[in-house]
Order: sequence, then C-alpha cells, then structure tokens
Amino acid sequence: MELEEICKLVDATQHTSSGSYGCKVEKAFSSDLMSDVLTLLADDLLLITGLNNIQTVRTAEMADICHILFVRGKQPSEKMIELAEEQQIVLMSTAYSMYKTSGLLWAAGLAPVY
Amino acid sequence: MHFEFDIEAGDFSNAGDASSKIKKILKQLNLPNHFIKRAMVALFEAEVNVIGHSYGGTLAIDIENDRLHILVSDTGPGIEDVDLAMAEGYSTATKEIQEMGFGAGMGLPNIKKNTDCLDIRSRAGDHTEIEMLIHFDSGKPHGDSAE
Repeated sequence: MELEEICKLVDATQHTSSGSYGCKVEKAFSSDLMSDVLTLLADDLLLITGLNNIQTVRTAEMADICHILFVRGKQPSEKMIELAEEQQIVLMSTAYSMYKTSGLLWAAGLAPVY
Repeated sequence: MHFEFDIEAGDFSNAGDASSKIKKILKQLNLPNHFIKRAMVALFEAEVNVIGHSYGGTLAIDIENDRLHILVSDTGPGIEDVDLAMAEGYSTATKEIQEMGFGAGMGLPNIKKNTDCLDIRSRAGDHTEIEMLIHFDSGKPHGDSAE
C-alpha cells in the first residue's frame, strides 16, 4: 500500500521529508509494547502505535521498520523526527484511535503481520 | 574486530545508541540481513536491560570469522532467579521502563530466541554477565505468530 493512500484513509499528516524512502508497506502491526514489536520477522511494515517517544523510533530502526503511524493525535518530538530522518523512517500522525485506525487500514486491504 | 561501548544506567534518551553503531558496522561488512536483525534484537534488548535494571555496564562485541560474540556486563542488583527472569511476561521493570514501551517481560526471551548460545551469569546483589553467540548463517528468527 502506498504512503499517500495510508495518509488519506486515516487523515494522517507526515512529519518527515516527503516520499517513502523507497519502502513499500505490505503489512501492519499495532502495539504499544516495543518488545512485542521486536519479535516480528516481517520487514517493510507499518507500525501503528500510541507510544510517542524516541524508543519507538529506535525499535523501528532495530527491527527494520520503515513507517510509524502515531495514533490518538500524538506528535513526535524534534529529536524523534531527527532520528527518523537519519534512519529513513517515515513518521506520521493521525487523530484517530488505534482501533479505528487499524480497522480502516484492514478494511482497505492492508494485511496484518499475523 | 573488537568493539566496546559504555552503557550508562538510566540513560533512556540514548538507549539504542550502541546497538545502532553496531548495526552500521555489520551492514558495512555486508553480513546477511536476517543475521543483522537477530543481532539487533538481542543487542537492543540487552542494552535496554543494562540501562533500566543496572547501575551501568559495558557492551563488548567481537566480530569473528563466522559469528558474533557478545558480552554484556553490568554492576547492579543482579538477577535473583535467572530461570524466572527468562519466563515470558515476568518483569521487574520500573514505571519509567514501562513508559518507554518495555518491561513486558519479553527482553530475555527475545534475546534467547535470537541467539545461538546464551549464558547468563548473575546472582542477587552481584554483577550480571550475559554472553551470546550468533552465527552469521544460522536460521532465520522464529516466524510471526500469535504466541
């Protein structure tokens, strides 16, 4: 799924430079627990989370996750954006809840990791 | 090749810094992606553990011919019951660690799943050493599943 479509579906804004740094989103995973995120084998996925801190970006870096979508209106800090840019990770935010966000993307065909 | 990093207790803002530097080195060496991912999960979890649960420590890695040798050492309260600490869901995490998104009791199990050999040497009131081996060509991490 293209980044533009994701943003449109959940009315999300992007915080990092435009473009998707060449990553294609094929699957998604919703979680606020970073150790659970680290158990994932899949790459090129969208992490949907309400955990708005720099550890979320670091976890994505370690797990080769290219896209993070913050829910519940969370806005990443400057430091988070800086790290994400450095690691070519796209950061987005939506005001929707995690449940609504996940449901909308699922309904539009974005597959779950499991 | 040998590298060492000092890890400061409580330094959550820089958690992952050492692991990130190691990732760059491993990528520059063109090592397999699935190996790098396994190494990163193990290293990052270990690094966060030192920051969150100890008084400070070091992370030493040796890149050998066909494997990565990692030794994480710290001073701190130690692990009273290693078997219990290895159980998924068991955690002694503080509120600060939980607010970071960790502390769900998956750190040591994640390390075990992503290493070929794991040795934890610790006891209550003493330092802790975690020694790991990860082979470059060992199997991929466990598949995604609702475990």
